[in-house]
Amino acid sequence: MFGSLTDKFSNAFRNLSGRGKISESNVREAMDEVRTALLEADVNLTVVEAFTKRVLDKALGSEVLASLKPSQQMVKIVHDELIDLMGPIDSHLMYVQPGPTVVMMCGLQGSGKTTTCGKLAAYLKKQGKSVTLAAVDLQRPAAVTQLQVLSQQVQDDMPGSGIVRFHGEPDKVAEYGKAVGAAVTVSKNALKKARADGSDVLILDTAGRLHINDQLMDELRKVNQAVTPHQIYLVVDAMTGQDAVNSAKAFNEQLELDGVILTKFDSDTRGGAALSVKHVTGKPIKFIGTGEKLDALEEFHPDRIASRILGMGDIVSLVEKAQEHVSEEEALAMQEKMAKGKMTMDDFLGQLKSIRKMGSIKSLMGMLPGVGSQLKDLDLDEKQLGRTEAIIQSMTAQERRNADLLDNSRRRRIARGSGTSSQDVSQLIKSFGMVSQMSKQMAGMGMMGKLKAMSGLGQMDLAAMAGGQGMPQLPGMGTGSTKKQPRFKQRKRKSR
Amino acid sequence: MKLFKSTIAKLKQGLSRTRGGLISSLRAALTGKTLSPELLRDIEAKMLQADIGVVTSTKLINELREAWKKGDIKAGDQALAFLKDRLIAGWPQADRQLNLATPAGSGPSVLFVAGVNGAGKTTSIAKLAKTLRDDGQSVMLAACDTFRAAAVEQLETWSNRLGVNVVKGKQGGDPAAVAFDACDAALTRHADVLIVDTAGRLHTQDPLMRQLTKIRSVCAKKIPGAPHEVILVLDATTGQNAINQAKIFIEAVDVTGIFLAKLDGTAKGGIVVAIRDQLGIPVKFVGIGETPDDVQPFDPVEFVEALFAD
Repeated sequence: MFGSLTDKFSNAFRNLSGRGKISESNVREAMDEVRTALLEADVNLTVVEAFTKRVLDKALGSEVLASLKPSQQMVKIVHDELIDLMGPIDSHLMYVQPGPTVVMMCGLQGSGKTTTCGKLAAYLKKQGKSVTLAAVDLQRPAAVTQLQVLSQQVQDDMPGSGIVRFHGEPDKVAEYGKAVGAAVTVSKNALKKARADGSDVLILDTAGRLHINDQLMDELRKVNQAVTPHQIYLVVDAMTGQDAVNSAKAFNEQLELDGVILTKFDSDTRGGAALSVKHVTGKPIKFIGTGEKLDALEEFHPDRIASRILGMGDIVSLVEKAQEHVSEEEALAMQEKMAKGKMTMDDFLGQLKSIRKMGSIKSLMGMLPGVGSQLKDLDLDEKQLGRTEAIIQSMTAQERRNADLLDNSRRRRIARGSGTSSQDVSQLIKSFGMVSQMSKQMAGMGMMGKLKAMSGLGQMDLAAMAGGQGMPQLPGMGTGSTKKQPRFKQRKRKSR
Repeated sequence: MKLFKSTIAKLKQGLSRTRGGLISSLRAALTGKTLSPELLRDIEAKMLQADIGVVTSTKLINELREAWKKGDIKAGDQALAFLKDRLIAGWPQADRQLNLATPAGSGPSVLFVAGVNGAGKTTSIAKLAKTLRDDGQSVMLAACDTFRAAAVEQLETWSNRLGVNVVKGKQGGDPAAVAFDACDAALTRHADVLIVDTAGRLHTQDPLMRQLTKIRSVCAKKIPGAPHEVILVLDATTGQNAINQAKIFIEAVDVTGIFLAKLDGTAKGGIVVAIRDQLGIPVKFVGIGETPDDVQPFDPVEFVEALFAD
């Protein structure tokens, strides 16, 4: 299932089929592909070089050379090594008794510290912990207000039995460079207040700063000395490039970090910064931020990010996204219907709607292994889904249950009703037939398969696209799904 | 650019750091040497480390290799000079001008500012506002970030500090409505420049990108010729994802220039080279600090020097 990298590896190994034996230089050539993939994913060059050397040694010393499928073997080694370097999963938070456990957040400007503070508070609240959020950022205009509003939102809107309080001293706010030192006082006061309130956790939201600003880094050290946080987390933007190593290293050297939180993972970044930061700090990646909402804080899963870094898509996240919008029962009921070939237009419509809820087709397909890179220049017509909905909604209940009823006259009526042409209607009926046909093969596949099935629709013919461009086979996927479908050919319709 | 006369002293000060590092190990490695595949690899490494990215770095190295094979370049330092010239030529003066309503005074000119979360939009707007104000223009701000907590207050703080007007809506309100009101206010009060602040949004958030298109078209309908500039604020520490960002923001709001923020750190911001090369969008300003004075017009010569420095 590993996409483009496998293809590239296959190229590197192709030349020698016939001679049968793989040489060291073939492996080295394949490693060049790994290097490129990692660089494109923003892994730091120094880290890339250390990594490829390590993998090369492993590959040469292992069964790759003797393997029948050297490219798969190579991908496995690379993938495993990435997981190994970024892992283990460690979202454990240490609590001290008696409280409060002091957590300090730090990082560059705009990395997402304040939002992450809110998310962490929501996470803790859910676990029944009471939290005090302290605004120690006295530089950025309105940062104090922002945290105050967030605290209130967490307290009011987020689930859990914990209490979320806020501590801020807006009178200490000053213009840039003039508030240095005040952070120490505010932190001390916050600790006193958190203790008095009986909070389990105190989260300090510090101002964003550059790792090369000595005065501000010194301020962080002083806060560190004054309240001795039990945990110090560095907040890093997952879209960061080569420079991620410099800032992470500096923060780690001056503050002895306990963990890292990567933000903005809901972008389409490949997220190589995860590897860079882990490499230079050696500190666990605790969480990743995956959205603007306050519950969008997730455990870090090295295996998923490894696939993403290598450009192999992120199936697991796609499935999770699907699960958010489709309940287990719905999915099961659907699966049964599909297995029996009893899917109706209504079911089709329902699925279409759940897919649209999940986001744009382009962003969803980007998560499919091997598709991401091919999507860049593809012009997907998002409106097609709307037209499809309109067509189905123009059918009578009877027609929706039994597509066989749809003769030419009915098709014309539906076309008029939905503002489309009868060709569009026929195309949809054809796609529907195709999906029904395929559904038996895919019965065991869950949401992924259904997504693929949907792609059989007109403009977004993923199956055709994949057939043309070497989309990797998914495990358990019937061959029917990758068969190229004629998109514009109009077959003569038999009237019934 | 006359507009930025006042910031020249700051400019020099801000660049002292990069200037100091100009005698780089790369230059040391290249000087007096004949060009070789190893040296080419060193140059490529330097470009990759500056976030220029694999595609554009490879392209540039190939051009260099061609010139080397033809015999146009022989020595190491010639190679560096070749690259610098090539990059600098990508940003002609004409591309870097700030477009305002013509003839002067026929305003209001609308500067539409967008970017992903945390790129530095609000601070960059403060910088632009101050520079324009110091240049004698009457500036008005539109606080269209109605989403993020306290974003309106943040812009308001700046407007108070700088003594410029701000039009704001309610938290959670419709940003397009704020833009509408702001355009109205800018027209009736004869502001020279209206700077529109929008909420940070990841380019992958489809509905939010559509909302951005809508805010832009509200401005376009309300004021003829608006927006005169659509500025994408880009964090200089961003890696290859910036290309996706730029691409999608261009699709949504037709970006005319980049404000490269946070160039005062250790990141080189080389991704703008790739963006220029692949998408054709020029850089117009760079941000080099947290105060409203920390802005410069983009200077390709200085920028390219810094790219190859240590």
